[in-house]
Amino acid sequence: MDISRREFTKIGCKVIIGAAAGTVIVESIITNSIAAENSPAQGGYDWEKHFWGYVVDTRKCIGCGRCANACKLENKVPFDEEVYRTWIERYRVKKSSFETREEEVVIDSPDGGIEGFVDDIPAEEIKKAFFVPKICNHCDNAPCVQVCPVGATYTTKDGVVLVDYEYCIGCRYCIQGCPYGARYFNAEKGTADKCTWCYHRITKGLLPACVQACPTGARKFGDLKDHNSEVKKIMDVERINLLKPDLGTKPKVFYVGLDREVR
Amino acid sequence: MMENLIWGYVYPNESEIQWSILIVLYPYITGLVAGAFIASSLYHVFGKKEIKPVARFALLTALSFLLVAMMPLLVHLGRPERAIEIMFTPHLTSAMSGFGYIFSFYLIIVVLEIWLSFREDIVKKALSSHGWKELLYSSLALFSFDISEKTLHDDEKFAKKLAIIGIPSAAFLHGYVGFIFGGIKANPWWSTPLMPIIFLMSAIVSGIALLILLYIVAMKIRKHAIDHKCLHSLAHYLWIFLILDVTLELLEIISMKYESLEEIDIINRLLSEKIAFTFYGVQLTLGIFIPFILLLLVSIMKNRETLKMIMISVSCVFVVIGVFAMRWNVVIGGQEISKSLSGTLTYVPVFFSQEGVLPAIIIFIIPFVILRVVTSILPPWKDMDEENPEHN
Repeated sequence: MDISRREFTKIGCKVIIGAAAGTVIVESIITNSIAAENSPAQGGYDWEKHFWGYVVDTRKCIGCGRCANACKLENKVPFDEEVYRTWIERYRVKKSSFETREEEVVIDSPDGGIEGFVDDIPAEEIKKAFFVPKICNHCDNAPCVQVCPVGATYTTKDGVVLVDYEYCIGCRYCIQGCPYGARYFNAEKGTADKCTWCYHRITKGLLPACVQACPTGARKFGDLKDHNSEVKKIMDVERINLLKPDLGTKPKVFYVGLDREVR
Repeated sequence: MMENLIWGYVYPNESEIQWSILIVLYPYITGLVAGAFIASSLYHVFGKKEIKPVARFALLTALSFLLVAMMPLLVHLGRPERAIEIMFTPHLTSAMSGFGYIFSFYLIIVVLEIWLSFREDIVKKALSSHGWKELLYSSLALFSFDISEKTLHDDEKFAKKLAIIGIPSAAFLHGYVGFIFGGIKANPWWSTPLMPIIFLMSAIVSGIALLILLYIVAMKIRKHAIDHKCLHSLAHYLWIFLILDVTLELLEIISMKYESLEEIDIINRLLSEKIAFTFYGVQLTLGIFIPFILLLLVSIMKNRETLKMIMISVSCVFVVIGVFAMRWNVVIGGQEISKSLSGTLTYVPVFFSQEGVLPAIIIFIIPFVILRVVTSILPPWKDMDEENPEHN
């Protein structure tokens, strides 16, 4: 076979460029797949052995706001910005007038409920009222994970939805994709941000800060793989509801005593 | 202040609108690209000879807008330096992850298509000019100067094949932008399978309208007679696509209202209070119904070319404004309703800020500057000049 010098150089260049580019691409794929295989937690924690779940008993919540406060302190969520990893909603159903049959529901969550709630509607006008703590549902079929264009948000093997702050490009598609308003934009990091169920705590055997701070036991956290865990026991006997179940997100925050007004 | 902007209950994290006017601009610009390209393929693929005068100009228009299509996104990103990750590690379940690839693929097609349809001119210029111009055109010709009958014929055949690939790519480029919104189940105003096709139709409409406007302006600047046959043909296609567009847009609203699902109360509030003016007024009346009637009149009127030209121009101005309003109503409207379905928010555009009106205006001016530069390097009006040599 005759190869001119010109052609030889050409082929040689192609091989070199191809090899160089190929290595870079393969290497980046390998690094990324390795990153996906390793648990983000430190120490002897095995994420294959757990699958976390969260139970909210709305009947027990008194709207004190200690959970939302503890969360901001624990996770350094700015107090002066309207961003929350967890918050409390207050629902007040007003007495309906005889003629209209229409029920007016007043919903609010001033500053996420951190400072508690003020009685700005006279008690005699209210038919029923209740508080509903809200938090990321760490959905099994999480829309935020689905829509992330670079895979910066992901579900861990123990069932927690996390954001890789080193990888997120800050497009905010996940914030749009979350039906529960659980995500916010972290202006300082330039990335999306959200509740981690205090992943740094639960992987050390501690409770999430909000659960720890709740004085009435309205918030419960535990291992769904452990049949003796408190959350599992509650779920075995109580009637459980989910937020927006029709969206097929398969939330892992399970509600006891959820009213139909709550979305 | 905040109290007035929020009605009812919105989730605490929703108090800030995440996607600003820049994200309105992004589908608007890509739409113009897709529309201009499809207009040019009316000639390149479907052999509509009457479109020929603008066919190459349409390609250059598509390129000029395509080059800035990703700028609003880049400016918007929280970490723009990581944007390239969308190419290296695309997360394929995300509708957005295809952006880099679809965009690049389409860019290659548009550039190739332009190169093939200008190659003869480029070679002639390269052979007849000197100095840096010779170098410029020679390199644009990729130092291949063969313009024999046969090669030109081959070019044309290849260009046609490319344009055939180009149509579905243009449709995909913009249909996919529609899916970015249409696939979000969290947002009842966005979540509809009609969204991609609505986006595509409005894209074609806006692209043709912009092309007509640019053509008229270019002819006025060049003091060249307007080819009325070409103009009327474009106006005719504009009219047809307007009908398709409005059918789909109304179908969406009608089925939403008719089915009256859980979210209907908040949708009604959105339509009657938040975006009533931009939706019924600008998007539908100004952007569709008035142009529809004007263009209908144009098609039945005889003679009176100047009046018809004015009517077509007015229609086109209304259409491009109307389609911008449509993008606004989707992107901003969808964020002005809370996902709690119990409240609304108000987007207040800021002028001077990274995501403000000023950068949006600047980004929108750039494609016109690019178009000016590109048309001076590659004048698309060859056929006209040949027919009227005194203008050379």
